Amino acid sequence: MSVVTERHRPPTFADVNRDVLRTLATPGNLYFGWMCVVGLILTAGILAWTYQIYIGMGAAGKRTPVMWAMYITSFVFWIGIGHAGTLISAILYLFRARWRTSIFRAAEAMTIFAVMTAGLFPLIHAGRMWFAYFLLPYWNQRDLWPNFRSPLVWDVFAISTYLSISTVFFIVGLIPDVAALRDASTGWRRRIYAMLALGWEGSDAQWRHYRRAYGLLAALATPLVLSVHSVVSWDFAMALVPGWHSTLFAPFFVDGAIFSGFAMVLVLILPMRHFFNLHAYIQEKHLDAMGKLILTTGLVLTYFYICEIFTSWYSGDHFERASLFWKVTKSYAWALWLMYFCNCISPLILFWKRARTSPVVLYVVSVLVLIGMWFERFNIIVPSLAHDFYPYTWGIYVPTPTDTMIVIGSFAWFFILFLGFIRVMPSLSIVEVKETLPQPLKDGAHGHH
Amino acid sequence: MATTETVLGVFAHVDTTVRALEDLRAKGYHDLTVYTPAPVHEIEEALERDRPVSRVRLFTLIGALTGTASGFLLTIWSALKWGLVTGGKPIASIPPYVVIAFELTILFGGVATLLGLVILARLPRLRPSAAYDPRFTNDRFGVAVHCAPERGPSVRQILTTAGAEEVGAR
Repeated sequence: MSVVTERHRPPTFADVNRDVLRTLATPGNLYFGWMCVVGLILTAGILAWTYQIYIGMGAAGKRTPVMWAMYITSFVFWIGIGHAGTLISAILYLFRARWRTSIFRAAEAMTIFAVMTAGLFPLIHAGRMWFAYFLLPYWNQRDLWPNFRSPLVWDVFAISTYLSISTVFFIVGLIPDVAALRDASTGWRRRIYAMLALGWEGSDAQWRHYRRAYGLLAALATPLVLSVHSVVSWDFAMALVPGWHSTLFAPFFVDGAIFSGFAMVLVLILPMRHFFNLHAYIQEKHLDAMGKLILTTGLVLTYFYICEIFTSWYSGDHFERASLFWKVTKSYAWALWLMYFCNCISPLILFWKRARTSPVVLYVVSVLVLIGMWFERFNIIVPSLAHDFYPYTWGIYVPTPTDTMIVIGSFAWFFILFLGFIRVMPSLSIVEVKETLPQPLKDGAHGHH
Repeated sequence: MATTETVLGVFAHVDTTVRALEDLRAKGYHDLTVYTPAPVHEIEEALERDRPVSRVRLFTLIGALTGTASGFLLTIWSALKWGLVTGGKPIASIPPYVVIAFELTILFGGVATLLGLVILARLPRLRPSAAYDPRFTNDRFGVAVHCAPERGPSVRQILTTAGAEEVGAR
């Protein structure tokens, strides 16, 4: 096996094919060990869900007034994670940020799996998920249609569009890469890859349409990325609940989504870089760029937190102020302060260049950011509902083993999908990495003008 | 159609490939197929000077506009079907329907783009074209020239002079 640590010369086209193929070799015991652990956790999650369906929603700790709890928290969290992939593949593509090329495939896969995970939660939360099709507009005998004025229906449209377009984007990006895998493999693998590659040959006519289509998809996906979390935020902002009813919510949610999404990209990519030995492709400058994005979005988020507190105070609204005071000092205060620490304080270390290029520091910060962002959604949803207008409706939500296990199980579901993906598909884009490499030239070392 | 021959030159470098394309163009050969492992700006430039822009964008436009129209139609029509006034708002309230119309614009536009790509790039292709070589998804560039058989030798000459690693008929 060739050594692909930081080379003196950049990789050649053939190196890229070989190194990506290497990631698809038969995995070792460590991989199967992880798969078993993740599979067991997922099984426990499925059992917990089965129990909840059998017992009823009381098993999930649902009591008035807190009818939206960990499930909706996790739903918003996972949708947020799903933002980094399409941001990297669409917005950074349009901005021609070349450092995206070696991370965008893994990030796109992450997006799709995160949205698939997020999509489970409204179903779990709704209890009788076999009626989920009620959400879709379908022709029916009684002429009943969804209420299109409801933000919850907007959500259905926004998220299903997001999942579909991200998947289209992902598949289009994969076609030329799968063709490369087809040409390099034999036997049944070759037959499967050949089917998936749709007979791609990389002829000039194919590239011409492909490039145009890719650019157009990026242009369509860019406003979509910004719209999805805005729509999710309106699930809250359209209601009158103190702490929710704010025009700040759309940009606040989008920024937080990108922040947490990049943290998850790092959580996935750093081990991938280490175990697949991809240091020649995912270099320090990539980590540095991601660190800067996390730092920037973290600072913007801190600004939004300050705005949120300021507007609550400045509104003069008694309920807004009471809700804020309760959040900061009472039952769930620990969650709020944990969130401030994870999201505002911990990324500050990334001001330091050595921290931005250190995998260990980046990993720790990313995990803290993920914890912080999960709690951010918790702090928006639970304390606001627990302490709204009337004292006689106040109440506290306490998690139960059932809903806790389902939430933990959702992480297992996400990781099992991702771990499966990186072993059958190129987790590094063969084509786009080649595009950013120095071109093979006969005369002269560098061909870029 | 037995009167055409395909001559394939395999190249290892971008500059030699571009040189071959320029020479072929100068000699009046325009029926070419170029295979590249990744899109290469220089090669595209050499080829696309006399080619129209891809029509994928037309598919995108039509798909997106269909999406906008169906978004508004679905919401307004279904609201009028059951004229239920809520919150004193008009039955067909446009602002919330913009969200649905926007999402469907993107959805239909994206799916139409995919469809356009599949149709225009002639995918799926069930068996490889005659000139295709698996090295073209790895690190080699291919220039296939479709010409009359009697011009074959001169095409071979051009490809070899430009720096092709191997030249052969397909």
